[in-house]
Amino acid sequence: MTDTTTPTPTRAEYCVIACSEAWRDAGEILASPMGLIPSLGARLARHTFAPDLLLTDGEATLVDADGNPEGWLPYRRHLTLVTGGKRHVMMGASQIDRHGNQNISCIGDWAKPSRQLLGVRGAPVNTLNNPTSYWIPRHSRRVFVERVDMVCGVGHDRAARHPETARFHHLPRVVSDLGVFDFATPDHSMRIASLHPGVTVPQVREATGFELVIPAEIPETRAPTSEELRLIREVIDPANTREREVRS
Amino acid sequence: MTDKTMSADEAVARLESGMTLGIGGWGSRRKPMALIRALLRTGITDLTVVSYGGPDVGMLAAAGRIRKLVAAFTTLDSIPLEPHYRTARERGAFELMEIDEAMFLWGLHAAANRLPFLPVRAGIGSDVMRVNPGLRTVTSPYDDGETFVAMPALRMDAALVHVNRADRRGNGQYLGPDPYFDDLFCAAAETAYISCERIVDTAELTKEAAPQTLLIPRHTVTGVVEAPNGAHFTSCAPDYARDEAFQRHYATTPWPEFAERFLTGDEHAYRSAVRAWHEGDGAERREKEERP
Repeated sequence: MTDTTTPTPTRAEYCVIACSEAWRDAGEILASPMGLIPSLGARLARHTFAPDLLLTDGEATLVDADGNPEGWLPYRRHLTLVTGGKRHVMMGASQIDRHGNQNISCIGDWAKPSRQLLGVRGAPVNTLNNPTSYWIPRHSRRVFVERVDMVCGVGHDRAARHPETARFHHLPRVVSDLGVFDFATPDHSMRIASLHPGVTVPQVREATGFELVIPAEIPETRAPTSEELRLIREVIDPANTREREVRS
Repeated sequence: MTDKTMSADEAVARLESGMTLGIGGWGSRRKPMALIRALLRTGITDLTVVSYGGPDVGMLAAAGRIRKLVAAFTTLDSIPLEPHYRTARERGAFELMEIDEAMFLWGLHAAANRLPFLPVRAGIGSDVMRVNPGLRTVTSPYDDGETFVAMPALRMDAALVHVNRADRRGNGQYLGPDPYFDDLFCAAAETAYISCERIVDTAELTKEAAPQTLLIPRHTVTGVVEAPNGAHFTSCAPDYARDEAFQRHYATTPWPEFAERFLTGDEHAYRSAVRAWHEGDGAERREKEERP
């Protein structure tokens, strides 16, 4: 590249960084990103600070950073790997509450939903067996709700009622287009961990359907390094598909 | 040697209303669609369907053939929400046993191994327990004392699956990257009907492919149906990819209109109708989409 100035990272690129940080120091485990920006984040993590991560081609093949097949992971082995715990998944959420309960099944009364969505999929097994983070491309009151209509992914309040069964329960982070959130509070309710540049606390409160824990000091989501930006723009996502998921 | 070959119509003629039916594949991948289309031509209804759901579930639900569905999701993969399934579900058209993907797998294993249940660390704490009040838990008899869901066996009267190749005895071979759970479906069911792209001699199965591609053993198979393009419009790697254009058409067409145009005749008529669509409306639509 001939451009010698450091270009300003976009909001989408901050989101890629925030997702990639979920897999920092993860070691030799499977990264299971659902959705576009988490996939870019996982690949960035492997290119940089988490080189031992395992990633699939989206189907049944494990591929290395150069795209070479290095293993076989059909659904049956994937589901067994989940219960073995060597995995950190980043799922989407149609609804999520302050405790991290997640819904992707349906909206309204389960018996006769007003909107049928995907179904519980693997959220119940994921949340009881391996670290589960969430990615929400459009932070809004429709997603960040007081109470989810159908608990698919288990949150902290419910996990606490089953301490033995939930001994592997771990929700490291929630990333949205506005910031990063975690559960590092005494009662494990959701807290602002960082905000992306240009996002204000009132803006996030306005877009959240419950009271977030707001620490006295709120850091900015870390910026990508110039090498990370180069990787995102030239190697991992040269077609700039990230911009379609989170617009500048 | 027992020759198990039969037509799709002969296979579904052995099914009955009220049965519990397992369907192989996953989402919109390697679904036994020719068998589903044959099933839709019969009057068989009131089914309990067990499936990692795709358009198989969408069509059977739209046609009102499902009394109860056992599933973790229903999706067209490239179109995340199955529209005909959604419509039926939002009407409250059938009973649903909504369970997690892993619970489903353990339920298949339990059935294939003639166990009443298998313990699984999934479901507890989630609303899967609320919407399935019949689910029981079991406590480890060892020192850990952990509580699990006792996932009941998903026993089925019949299984329908589609594979790449099979011989006349019922040995089924997959050549794609993922076996899904088709062998387990066959083992967990009283009877199993497998359709395939091509029936070949037994010796030919392993001429070019490794023996571990022989996914389905014949002792679990009742009938073999040769059904070229039998997974259409779902994918059947490496023989063909998903017919995305036609799947979009399926997803955006009201069910009565779709069924009238594509599902009133036999499999031959279906293929002709699909070909005609690709040459007519499909081509027009592609042109429109390609225009900037």
